[in-house]
Amino acid sequence: MDTTVATRLDRPTIQTVVRGAQDAYQAPALKDLKLKLQIRQLNFYYGGFRALRDINMDVPERKVTAFIGPSGCGKSTLLRTFNRMYSLYPEQRAEGEILMGGENLLTTREDVSLIRAKIGMVFQKPTPFPMSIYDNIAFGVRLFERMGKRDMDERVEWALTRAALWKEVRDKLGQSGQSLSGGQQQRLCIARGIAIKPEVLLLDEPCSALDPLSTAKVEELISELKTDYTVVIVTHNMQQAARVSDFTAYMYLGELIEYDATDTIFVKPKKQETEDYITGRFG
Amino acid sequence: MSGAVSSAAAASGGAASVIAASNPLYRSRRRVNFFLLAVSSLALAFGLFWLAWILGTLLYEGGNALARAALYYQMTPPPGGDGGLANAIAGSLIMVTVGTLVGTPVGILAGTYLAEFGRKGWLAGATRFLNDILLSAPSIVIGLFVYSVYVAKVGHFSAWAGSFALALLVVPVVVRTTDDMLRLVPNSLREAAMALGCPVWKMITFVTYRAARTGIVTGILLAVARISGETAPLLFTSLNNQFWSANMNAPMANLPVVIFQFAMSPYEDWHRLAWGGAALITLAVLVLNILARALFRKTN
Repeated sequence: MDTTVATRLDRPTIQTVVRGAQDAYQAPALKDLKLKLQIRQLNFYYGGFRALRDINMDVPERKVTAFIGPSGCGKSTLLRTFNRMYSLYPEQRAEGEILMGGENLLTTREDVSLIRAKIGMVFQKPTPFPMSIYDNIAFGVRLFERMGKRDMDERVEWALTRAALWKEVRDKLGQSGQSLSGGQQQRLCIARGIAIKPEVLLLDEPCSALDPLSTAKVEELISELKTDYTVVIVTHNMQQAARVSDFTAYMYLGELIEYDATDTIFVKPKKQETEDYITGRFG
Repeated sequence: MSGAVSSAAAASGGAASVIAASNPLYRSRRRVNFFLLAVSSLALAFGLFWLAWILGTLLYEGGNALARAALYYQMTPPPGGDGGLANAIAGSLIMVTVGTLVGTPVGILAGTYLAEFGRKGWLAGATRFLNDILLSAPSIVIGLFVYSVYVAKVGHFSAWAGSFALALLVVPVVVRTTDDMLRLVPNSLREAAMALGCPVWKMITFVTYRAARTGIVTGILLAVARISGETAPLLFTSLNNQFWSANMNAPMANLPVVIFQFAMSPYEDWHRLAWGGAALITLAVLVLNILARALFRKTN
């Protein structure tokens, strides 16, 4: 599997085209890590508007990678290409390569449902389904697994425990998921996402609608999740990126400006633009 | 920014603050508010007044008829005879039920297409436009349509024709409410379901239908309420029947046409039965609505 990736990377087209942007994704800190997603020459269009420009980056496995940048810089757009969310909308299209296990997610013959099951997503606003807390979790699991009541009970408890919600809802699993508070709803959505055991978890500003206490809980959760999952998080909050992530990508106007270990980005960024944004002089 | 604040403070500095009850802008806004509130309250009172009058008259005139048990088990009588509305009640129940059962699935499926699949295409636009025309079409047109394509062809009035005409009235109401209610479901909920790797049909049946359930059912109830009182389409299709009949291929008695016929007659007993029938339809629709609301409050 890894050899196919290597041969693909060695293809001359990519090597030559990418040369200029190479330092963006070949961050030295990434060198010894196993890669989960490899993004090559990715361009994205909303109708005629080009929202992403020649993005090249590698997302390491079982690490937290954060996308930061001012509003409209394309960080959510980039995240939504990973699970092909954009293909719900006919006027949106992506060009380039997003490689996972040697397969280009953008052109693969594999059913998009399977890709989305492998790459879970949690949205900015909590989106509990109009059903009970239990069924919110079980719904996704039942899509791909047939299991008895006892196994399902176990899975629901496992997911809710991982999402640090079990203690709060164990006595009211039959209640509507929409009756929970905002922070609980978001943790329910995270539980729903991990219950189907994806490989990658995409978090699109998961804390922007939450109070500080819930935010702290979710952040703690993210740090724990990376033992099993590759996590990619979009955030407006730079402190959050600094707190939870191992790698950080700074984006601006659809371009990936700088991508490196989080410590490097926040302490000693290579580019002036990144430093301006981090220090608050811009953005 | 701090500069702007301090200059604003300086501008209002010496003089009395503009934020006071004597401020003319504030006072005129209060006057407009008072005026509009009064007008809206009057409009509300106007509407409620007629509604109360109608309901009051209906219960006053029809109350006695409703209280007589014979209303529910005796057939419609000849002039001067004693009788009830049993055949008309049964006929109405049958035709409204069949009309709803036929029209509702068609309406829900069409509404689902409009809201979930064809949001932007020309087909959805054209369908919505035609549906709106159908929604506001006079019901007598529907009756005449069914008369010409079915009753005139087979050569006799029938309960099937009546049910079909009622179904045609149900469809546009249900299409419209289903479409509207599904479009109120936020896209984020759809995306969340799709993000789990869910196929579209499951997303619709398990997530968006559930989210829009109350609204869709309200639409069906509205449709039932509407067809329960429709006279014109039945006049040309199911006509009327003086006797008990459960034959869908024969003319069938029904409350609206009986009310129409009896109310237009010169006979006192028939008038009483007509009032009873009118009160019955109104109360039935009322009870149906209350029941559905209560049910939904419980499940939610």
